[in-house]
Amino acid sequence: MKKTLLSLIAMAAMSATALAADIKPALVYGTGGKFDKSFNEAAANGAEKFKKETGIEFRDFEPTNDTQGEQAIRNFASRGFNPVVAVSFAWTSAMEKVAAEFPDTKFVIVDSVVKLKNVRSVLYKEEEGSYLVGLLAGMASKTGKVGFVGGMDIPLIRKFACGYVQGVKAAKPDAQVFQNMTGTTGAAWNDPVRGGELTKNQIDQGADIVYAAAGATGLGVLQTAADNKKLSIGVDSNQNHLHPGSVLTSMVKRVDLAVYNAFKDTKDDKFTAGIQALGVKEDGVAYALDDNNKALITPEMKAAVEKAKADIIAGTVKVHDYMSNNACNK
Amino acid sequence: MSTASVPLPAWINYGLIPLLNLILAFLFSGLVVWAIGESPFEALQLLLIGALGRGEGIGFTLFYTTSFIFTGLSVAVAIHAGLFNIGSEGQAYLGGLGAALVALAMDHYVPWYVTMPFAVIGAALFGAACAAIPAWLQAKRGSHIVITTIMFNFIVSSLMNYMLVRLLIVPGKMAPETRTFLPGGQLPKLDWLIAMFGGKIGAAPLNFSFLIALIMCFLVWVLIWRTKLGYEMRTLGISPTAASYAGIRYSRIVMITMLISGGLAGMMALNPVMGASARLQIEFVGGAGFVGIAVSLMGRNHPAGIILSALLFGILYQGGAELSFDMPGITRDMIVVIQGMVILFAGALEYMLRPSIVRLYQQLTGK
Repeated sequence: MKKTLLSLIAMAAMSATALAADIKPALVYGTGGKFDKSFNEAAANGAEKFKKETGIEFRDFEPTNDTQGEQAIRNFASRGFNPVVAVSFAWTSAMEKVAAEFPDTKFVIVDSVVKLKNVRSVLYKEEEGSYLVGLLAGMASKTGKVGFVGGMDIPLIRKFACGYVQGVKAAKPDAQVFQNMTGTTGAAWNDPVRGGELTKNQIDQGADIVYAAAGATGLGVLQTAADNKKLSIGVDSNQNHLHPGSVLTSMVKRVDLAVYNAFKDTKDDKFTAGIQALGVKEDGVAYALDDNNKALITPEMKAAVEKAKADIIAGTVKVHDYMSNNACNK
Repeated sequence: MSTASVPLPAWINYGLIPLLNLILAFLFSGLVVWAIGESPFEALQLLLIGALGRGEGIGFTLFYTTSFIFTGLSVAVAIHAGLFNIGSEGQAYLGGLGAALVALAMDHYVPWYVTMPFAVIGAALFGAACAAIPAWLQAKRGSHIVITTIMFNFIVSSLMNYMLVRLLIVPGKMAPETRTFLPGGQLPKLDWLIAMFGGKIGAAPLNFSFLIALIMCFLVWVLIWRTKLGYEMRTLGISPTAASYAGIRYSRIVMITMLISGGLAGMMALNPVMGASARLQIEFVGGAGFVGIAVSLMGRNHPAGIILSALLFGILYQGGAELSFDMPGITRDMIVVIQGMVILFAGALEYMLRPSIVRLYQQLTGK
């Protein structure tokens, strides 16, 4: 009896301390779904990492349409979840509404800006990361022709393309860049077959390196490039391991970092609202170098890309951002 | 003797058989839920409470219902003339452009009730315009309407993408969408309708277009069963050769039917664009056009049936979202499975139970 009582007290004490430090984080994905091997999955990985380190459970939700996204964000907020992280520009207007209704809850939105006191907006300077991989592509290309396969034709993807073109031209001013978007609907994020066809087409035109910024569609791009003994460039997550020796590098966008930091900052009571623009300097975007692509990146290329990186950080190289004027002045 | 031709009382045909089909669908869905290790009863409870338990849930359910009524009517009108319109998705998408242009042009100057009729016309005109070319191709060139309408879905999606990404986007914004309409370009919420039943609408986007949808149901009923045009449409649908023998002009009826069908689909845009989000967003239709096909078939192409089956799909959409929210084990793909079961049993297999019910009925009545 005494023992049970003691263990009860111990349990009560434990749960009390757990409650004091615990937060109830929630994560709302984009409509692409959690397991896209790219953007959303990176977000999930950030949350999983937080869970592993702290033991704190999180809830997540995969909306299928715009109405559901807003509902999910509101449901999480009204049930006391804090912080609520939404990873897609598609939830911009939803968050504007919901964050205003719950001023005590902390919100984070990725890839878009919501100007409210309790919202942190995390943006990535994709143009800088794309510039770096573009530079590598320009140097590695033997034909002087490289390709770009985008997902859905939206400003965000044009931002990727614009940075890439600038990087390629920085390495080879007369290089030719073929650009294709996979489609105009959300299906364009998940169409590896079409991604492969576009890649084949670009290869037939002489491209020997193709950069995919297209979610799961990119898997088809990487596959086709590998099948044709050409090089490809992955995106969002480090995809070098998918086809070792054929993926030149990956433009890593650390969405996991945004999610992890949001959870961690809330837990440590260090949450700050406002805009966070994560570029090369903040390690928000980077080119991936590991054992799988070591042989593809010559010391000369490495030196050049590291110099470009340093120049961007120092501000001597400025990569034009498509979003700043909805145009790409290359 | 074939049981298909045995006449059954209306309450069995339109009440009992659909109900049994629905129960079967839920039974099989329950098995799937059980198979992945969750409680089917709890799941059903969550689904129903989520969709109908609170005023807000009802508001969301009716919001989805509104969209499905419009697209369901669109498909039904075409089917009565023997045309299978799979392009409601694209017609609704383009209808959104019509509604949005009206709202953007007028919201600064006039209150919503002045904007609304113009927006209804704008949405219907753009939706009809999208159906016009496939209709003309069918009427004059014999190109099959199924192929042309589905191809137009892609054409519209590219056009809308161009409009939103290049022209209508708010500069500097990431999301491809227009600016938010002022109250003069928005449809008011139907909070009083929910309040009448003692509920609170909360954040649910149920809006005035629900009433427009109901009015359209009535007008479609009048058109199909109470007008000369409707009679001609039905004749054409049942037998094109008989229609032509009776002097009904094929191409004229095809054109008119498809324009009405496209117009109804276009009006669906009022609900999300002017009612819910007060802006034109990319891909706002979200599959409602395709759901409309199932809604129309399940509702036996009759406006009253369409309201009921649209309501059913509204419940599945809203309840499903709540279910996967409250029961993380049930992913969104599971919800699609449950919706698929309902379409399979209540739509595709609607006559599966009929023979046994006919036999039972004959035994019981002694005929």
